[in-house]
Amino acid sequence: MKLIAAGFALLLGMGFFSPDNQTSFIPSGTAAADSGKQLYTTYCLSCHQASGKGVPSLNPPLAGSSWVTGDKQRLIRVVLNGLEGEDIDGETYNNVMPGHDFLTDQQLSEVLTYIRSSFGNKADAVTAAEVKAVRSAGK
Amino acid sequence: MKLLIGVAAAGALAWMTSGQDPVPLKLPSGFTATVVNEGVGKARHIVVDASGTIFVKLSKLEKGKGLAILRDTDKDGKAETVSYATGYAGTGIAIWKDWLYDSSDSSVYRYPLKNGAIDESKRETIVTGLTFQREHGSKSITLDDAGHLYVNFGAPSNACQERNRQLGSKGMEPCPILEWYGGIWQFDGAKKNQKQADGVRFATGIRNAVALDWNPASKQLYALQHGRDDLHRLYPSLYTDEQNAELPGEEFLLVKKGSDFGWPYCYYDWQTSKKVLAPEYGGDGGRKVGICEGKDLPLLSFPGHWAPNDLLFYTGNQFPARYKNGAFICFHGSWNRSPLQQRGYLVAFIPMGKDGKPSGKYEIFADNFAGGEIMSPGDAQARPVGLAQGADGALYISDSINGKIWKITSRK
Repeated sequence: MKLIAAGFALLLGMGFFSPDNQTSFIPSGTAAADSGKQLYTTYCLSCHQASGKGVPSLNPPLAGSSWVTGDKQRLIRVVLNGLEGEDIDGETYNNVMPGHDFLTDQQLSEVLTYIRSSFGNKADAVTAAEVKAVRSAGK
Repeated sequence: MKLLIGVAAAGALAWMTSGQDPVPLKLPSGFTATVVNEGVGKARHIVVDASGTIFVKLSKLEKGKGLAILRDTDKDGKAETVSYATGYAGTGIAIWKDWLYDSSDSSVYRYPLKNGAIDESKRETIVTGLTFQREHGSKSITLDDAGHLYVNFGAPSNACQERNRQLGSKGMEPCPILEWYGGIWQFDGAKKNQKQADGVRFATGIRNAVALDWNPASKQLYALQHGRDDLHRLYPSLYTDEQNAELPGEEFLLVKKGSDFGWPYCYYDWQTSKKVLAPEYGGDGGRKVGICEGKDLPLLSFPGHWAPNDLLFYTGNQFPARYKNGAFICFHGSWNRSPLQQRGYLVAFIPMGKDGKPSGKYEIFADNFAGGEIMSPGDAQARPVGLAQGADGALYISDSINGKIWKITSRK
């Protein structure tokens, strides 16, 4: 136990774990991170824009959004099922968010991990198991 | 740092005293833009009455009010006196005889108008009970010479898919949305408390016509359609990013009673000048025409996604003669051109012939609202959204971000 604690402290000291990244931190440059960015470009970018800043009054920003960096289950539900008519961080957005339940648990975990750690966001990763749990609870 | 602030303050002062805009609009030679107000709220459409008072409809309540009223009390060319009225936000606004009409996204109202003031206690509800919708909810309005009121009922949908904007979701056939949306409805402009069913579906197959105006010279109704989004995201095997950025065209429409412009089944490809089948309805990327053969064509088309948000037929005498009875079109600017650069943060002009049709190509009239090349709408300095003509023939332009108002004058 002492050894594990020491190892953990060493990792902390090296900055490997930031407090926001306690689960499965995926460093950029790995296959999963690249795939997350690719998925973002294919399915998300047209509305949320390359900057993640969204489109004022139409599509909400992902950058700095509590819906992205906060409760993972809520975020997973939004991307699986879509969202409509909901104010986001006090602002109104007129376009519908389409559901993406055609993506696999692994793909969703990659794209969600990407948006939670991009555009200045620094939240921890989403695992395929977490997506699976929300998906099966919704059925 | 202090020095920097000092320099900035001096710069701001110099600009305020000289009336120079830090991001000046680009205009044809002989025209001048003056900023008459730096910002009154999130502006939509505007009108100017005979007294020179500017009425600005707001998309978001400002101090609890949905209409900004601007006056140049000291006659220095700036409309510095701002008051607010009415308790609802919206888009549409129009002056007809001694009435100011305006709209929320679910009603149309009118107020007696006299010498730059409306009487709120004498408000009349003209159209009411419309279903509130987030997407394409703007009830933009115009009136004809006889006092008919025309109202845009934008479709709460991109392409009438079973699941809106969802990859792989089929187009509904027939599209049930067209019964109550996706067209322009005509009402009696003087009759109170009309429901949508009391109006007439004047024209259909228009996804969203935020820009519509009666042309008093040709005595006909015109509008512009916001073309559909996301050809590439929804059909990546049929359309490239580059095609998605340019298609479909933003159509300039002569709207006659019974016109059908084809949404959601068809879209206009301005590069081939054809109305073609949408991919949700059997389209193959722009070749198949099918039922689109019989749909009405635009008079002229602009590139994709520029978002035409207002139309004004110029009847003044201040501008050079070639502008008389021509069409000014206010484009809000694109977002769906991503990942390519955004475009269309501008005001265009179309010269019109005596036959009520364009007599030439469109030209860019006022540009540089965005303040340079931008990748995303959030980076724009300003987004033009509404147009009005003053009694002296000046052209007014509103901005949706801060509600900045410009006055364009000409020395002829």
